[in-house]
Amino acid sequence: MSSERATSGGLPVGPAGPYAPVPYRVRSRTEETADIATLVLAPVDGAVTPSSAPGQFNMLYAFGIGEAAISISGAPDGALVHTVQALGATSRALFAAPPGSCVGVRGPYGNGWPLERAVGRDVVLAAGGLGLPPLRPLLYRLLAERERFGRIEVVYGARTPKSLVFYEEIQRWRARSDLRFQVTVDAAGRDWYGDVGVVTTRLPDARFDPANTVAFVCGPEVMMRFTAKALLERGVPAEAIFLSMERNMKCAVGFCGHCQFGPEFVCRDGPVLPYARIAPYLGVREL
Amino acid sequence: METAGGSSASVLSREAFPRLLEAIRAAGYRIVGPTIRDGAIVYGEIARVEDLPIGWTDRQEAGTYRLERRDDAALFGYNVGPHSWKKYLFPARERLFSATGTADGGFTVQAEPRDEAPLAFLGMRGCELAAVAIQDRVFDGRVPDPGYHARRQACLRIAVECGQAGATCFCTSMGTGPAVRGGSADLILTELLSPERHEFLIRAGSERGAAILAGVPTRPATDEDARAAAARVESAAGAMGRRLDPAGLRDLLLGNPEHPRWQLVAERCLACTNCTLACPTCFCSSSEEVPDLSGAKVERWRRWDSCFNSAFSELHHAPVRKSTSSRYRQWMTHKLASWHDQFDSSGCVGCGRCITWCPVGIDITEEVAAIRATPGASGPARRSP
Ligand SMILES: Cc1cc2nc3c(=O)[nH]c(=O)nc-3n(C[C@H](O)[C@H](O)[C@H](O)COP(=O)(O)OP(=O)(O)OC[C@H]3O[C@@H](n4cnc5c(N)ncnc54)[C@H](O)[C@@H]3O)c2cc1C
Ligand code: SF4
Ligand code: SF4
Ligand code: FES
Repeated sequence: MSSERATSGGLPVGPAGPYAPVPYRVRSRTEETADIATLVLAPVDGAVTPSSAPGQFNMLYAFGIGEAAISISGAPDGALVHTVQALGATSRALFAAPPGSCVGVRGPYGNGWPLERAVGRDVVLAAGGLGLPPLRPLLYRLLAERERFGRIEVVYGARTPKSLVFYEEIQRWRARSDLRFQVTVDAAGRDWYGDVGVVTTRLPDARFDPANTVAFVCGPEVMMRFTAKALLERGVPAEAIFLSMERNMKCAVGFCGHCQFGPEFVCRDGPVLPYARIAPYLGVREL
Repeated sequence: METAGGSSASVLSREAFPRLLEAIRAAGYRIVGPTIRDGAIVYGEIARVEDLPIGWTDRQEAGTYRLERRDDAALFGYNVGPHSWKKYLFPARERLFSATGTADGGFTVQAEPRDEAPLAFLGMRGCELAAVAIQDRVFDGRVPDPGYHARRQACLRIAVECGQAGATCFCTSMGTGPAVRGGSADLILTELLSPERHEFLIRAGSERGAAILAGVPTRPATDEDARAAAARVESAAGAMGRRLDPAGLRDLLLGNPEHPRWQLVAERCLACTNCTLACPTCFCSSSEEVPDLSGAKVERWRRWDSCFNSAFSELHHAPVRKSTSSRYRQWMTHKLASWHDQFDSSGCVGCGRCITWCPVGIDITEEVAAIRATPGASGPARRSP
């Protein structure tokens, strides 16, 4: 049986209310690195997975353990895909969820990347570490409608070659001529032939027209701060820079207060926030 | 006498007050209101009029609270205590759902049944009505919280206008009291008390209120009654123990995140969370998974949390707000500044609870005044809620 999910205030609500996860089955699991796995999920009851916008996230639930906010990392109109790093109890259980097992899903939440802002412009995607999964749905969309955009420059940085995600797909992206995909790592052994250095060291090489560029940035907060600074220095206007923020999240619907960043509720007003709006708060320690 | 809401005011005698309680109960409500427990006026079950703190008052100051005998038998001769109505609308602990493991390794989710008896809140003050209206914007806005929404829709609000102000009160500064405007409650009482009389001016603020009032023996109010009620409220307004200048407060606080005062107040602040728990508008919560012993069934519970807790802002195994000064800044800046961006109102109603119930007597009005005395920059541009 296939049915649409109900919504409340524009947000999807499961049959047992806005807090209740909907059971999904793990269809497949790919280990990206020693502690990061990508899961493909399908609803147990056969209902339609709500469509999502690139940059949105779900609350994933490990039965008996808890919930965590996890970005959607697959194509917006395809199967539900998430990429999880094993950090605490919940994310460890999600990371380890074998094919056939069950996880809970509620969402999608948040606003997503403002794709329309990129039409007719050069596009820079800057990802640090697990910042690439939330940018992948956006990249799929950009490539699906390639002619609507100018140059596409992706800069992806990870700690070591072993911590790179989507390795094979990156090789395919790097082989394309309608996109430039730079990969850099903070540190590497002699078997690494690529670039070494933080994400910002690759930006001067990126080809884009600063005055006519939109930049989408996701990664650790320091990486985003330095990337925004480097983009501003190259002449990208503050209004054209968007960051995907991360804060502690419990409810994802604007009730629990945990995700506040200045006046923003990251779960509801974000996670994607315009740099120009949040710049006054980014520099404040312990905000 | 006509009131702003268009409904006419009546006068209820003290002798007939129990009839009001009967009429509320007959309309299907369980009555909760002020009652004395452990040396404080808290909110609890009101079975009879004698459950109210008759003839008692409270003496409050920064960090202190004491009950004292009055020399009369007033039913509502005190101000607000450590409890607020949020404990009924947004309970300190609430189950959000239950889930049961299935044989194939999956689980099913059971929704929460909603079958609580509707509550009548007896004795809501102006600041408290404003606090509920503020929490309505949090929990009953674009996405309603199902539990809050159900309880809020069902509740009956019986307001009492204050006839006196506490030493930590500043509702006039925040524009929330002591007068109660018609329409903001279902029934509005003003206690008229002098050696000669003990009566209540009573107005209906809604259809529900009017229907209940129709079953209670009253007499029509005279202009004299209305004047006496207005005088009571006016004398309370003139006796506010604290004041806080709200002009430009949003920009002042958002523009001063590095003010040295945050450090000074943190030297006294114990980060005990009392202020956020006592505050009638603070809405923060956490949720946790509670498994039964077999692990086959789990429940998800939500409980009050506070931005003063270190785990509250935890990200990657470390709190974003490590220092007490950053937590106090979050609390006060949220209440008085960023709340405007988020909900188009202040998050403070001037009830004074955070001042009274702070174990070291930190005073929000004093902290604002200190920053106002030596401001730095002005705040970043305001965004729409
Ligand atoms: C918008 C957004 C998108 C995200 N996308 C992804 C993604 O795509 N992939 C991914 O892997 N991660 C993602 N994250 C991070 C993810 O939500 C979790 O933070 C991460 O998985 C760790 O969660 P955990 O519960 O396993 O770990 P923990 O760190 O153990 O727990 C997480 C939270 O539990 C609480 N906690 C931990 N210890 C304590 C304690 N002692 N007392 C009280 N509370 C405690 C804290 O509040 C802590 O932040 C995203 C986060 C956000 C906000
Ligand atoms: S901040 Fe203090 S005075 Fe203001 S509403 Fe909360 S408890 Fe009352
Ligand atoms: S002051 Fe703190 S506890 Fe109260 S609502 Fe704001 S963040 Fe939550
Ligand atoms: S995660 Fe609860 S308010 Fe944003």
